[in-house]
Amino acid sequence: MAPALAWLTALMVVPCALVLALAFFQRGIYGGIEYTFTLGNFGLVFDPLYAGIFLNSARIAGTATLVAVIIGYAAAYAIAAAPRRWQPAFLFFAVLPFWSNYLIRTYAWIVLLNREGLITQLLRWFGYTGEPPSMLYTEGAVIAGLVYNYLPFVILACYAPLSRLNPELAEASRDLGASAMTTFRRVILPLTVPGIAAGAVFVFVLSIGNFVTPALLGGGRFQMIGNLVYDQFLTANDWPFGAALAMALIAIMLIVLMAQALAADRAAGRIAEARGGADG
Amino acid sequence: MAERSPATRRTLWLVLSLVFAFLYIPIAVLVALSFNQGGQPTVWSGFSLKWYASLAGNAAILSAALNTLIVALVSTAIATLLGTLLAIGVEMRRQYGRGLEALIFAPMIIPDIVLAIALLSFFSLLDFTLGLHTIILAHVVFNLAFVCSVVRARLKSFDWSIVEASADLGASALTTFRRVTLPVILPAVVAGALLAFTLSVDEFIIAFFTAGAGRASTTLPMQIYAMIRFGITPEINALATIVMAVSITALTLSQRLNRGVIGQ
Repeated sequence: MAPALAWLTALMVVPCALVLALAFFQRGIYGGIEYTFTLGNFGLVFDPLYAGIFLNSARIAGTATLVAVIIGYAAAYAIAAAPRRWQPAFLFFAVLPFWSNYLIRTYAWIVLLNREGLITQLLRWFGYTGEPPSMLYTEGAVIAGLVYNYLPFVILACYAPLSRLNPELAEASRDLGASAMTTFRRVILPLTVPGIAAGAVFVFVLSIGNFVTPALLGGGRFQMIGNLVYDQFLTANDWPFGAALAMALIAIMLIVLMAQALAADRAAGRIAEARGGADG
Repeated sequence: MAERSPATRRTLWLVLSLVFAFLYIPIAVLVALSFNQGGQPTVWSGFSLKWYASLAGNAAILSAALNTLIVALVSTAIATLLGTLLAIGVEMRRQYGRGLEALIFAPMIIPDIVLAIALLSFFSLLDFTLGLHTIILAHVVFNLAFVCSVVRARLKSFDWSIVEASADLGASALTTFRRVTLPVILPAVVAGALLAFTLSVDEFIIAFFTAGAGRASTTLPMQIYAMIRFGITPEINALATIVMAVSITALTLSQRLNRGVIGQ
């Protein structure tokens, strides 16, 4: 195991530590790195211009997460309710697209949404004669791309607790006079929170650091943190600031992961309580 | 599951149909258009294989495909070896610190863009010449983590007492590994290797940052990205269909070998 750990240390831990160190240096006049200590790069992260991009990214990632969780939960619920012997096949086909190339799955949406794409042609077929709607290069397109790419994971994450749900709990709730809606809200939903949280964190973390989808479906008009980091390293040549942005991204990720761990802990407590109640 | 009213059941089927339509229509449209005769990338005008033929004559795409194959094969070989040994080492000890867990888990969750810039900074600080070899070094990082997690899942149910028994009967450590441990974990090792191969074939951002300037070390995803930025063409549709077919085949095979481990 030593060679593997050495590999990870040399090519992940050391480079990441280097980025952290880089964030405290200054940008040289000609774009290089000047080795003088500064906190200015982190200050710049909070500059309204860049803070705005962070908020933008959070909003886009948040919307994508919400949409993906709603669709993914509904899909997982429907799969868990299907006849048992079909469930593995449904699950397999729900995850299959996730295994194909990310770029290509994103590209597929350019084909659908572009001005002469399938959606425009469908509209024409239904008798629409006006200008083709501009759907590509909008925030909606970016969100659609993110939801499409990460939906399979939400389905998978939500299916696990839904399939393990004890049907007697829902029956008991109904026997006690609760409506279907109340049963869902008070019994099923709380017990499946860990799955929702895992799926949501996955979508949010991957979306907020995403670079490809905003670049391709947003047409460069919707900058997200990932694009900003990319620019600092490959076009603006301000590596220290790019490094500070990357560290801010990691910080956001860690906060989200800790929130998930907390939610999972609390849900585990509730589930233990529900189990105890059902047994006793 | 409890009995449901016909209305509820209809709603559930509707949900399933809509979700599967959402997941598969974009891919289906892309695949269908790759067989399109006309030059319009999005308007159907008859069946043809000419875009596949034109791919075969495109030198840039062929060289990118060759680069991708080299990177994927070499990084998969290294990652499979290191990842498997790591998995055995970690599982044999049973007690492992949280630090070790985090180290193995990190490559799977660290945002690609962060690992990409970290490696770029690292390589340029060391004055490394960038090229296919730096992409390979980088790809091994996440590939070995994935191989390790697949093999570890298999080892969870492994009975270590048979390893002791083999040693007691006088087998050397190598013989024990070859005759006892390896046969048990082999399906997981192959599954992990197939997963690593696919991840490497599909990986774009880290390759993009660690490939360096110049076309010599362009990989297939980099080539596809450049083509997409330039505009949509029927040729991309054909290339996308081939790449998708390769990754889906490799991963279906991997899933077969290792039922239920991937994706959990």
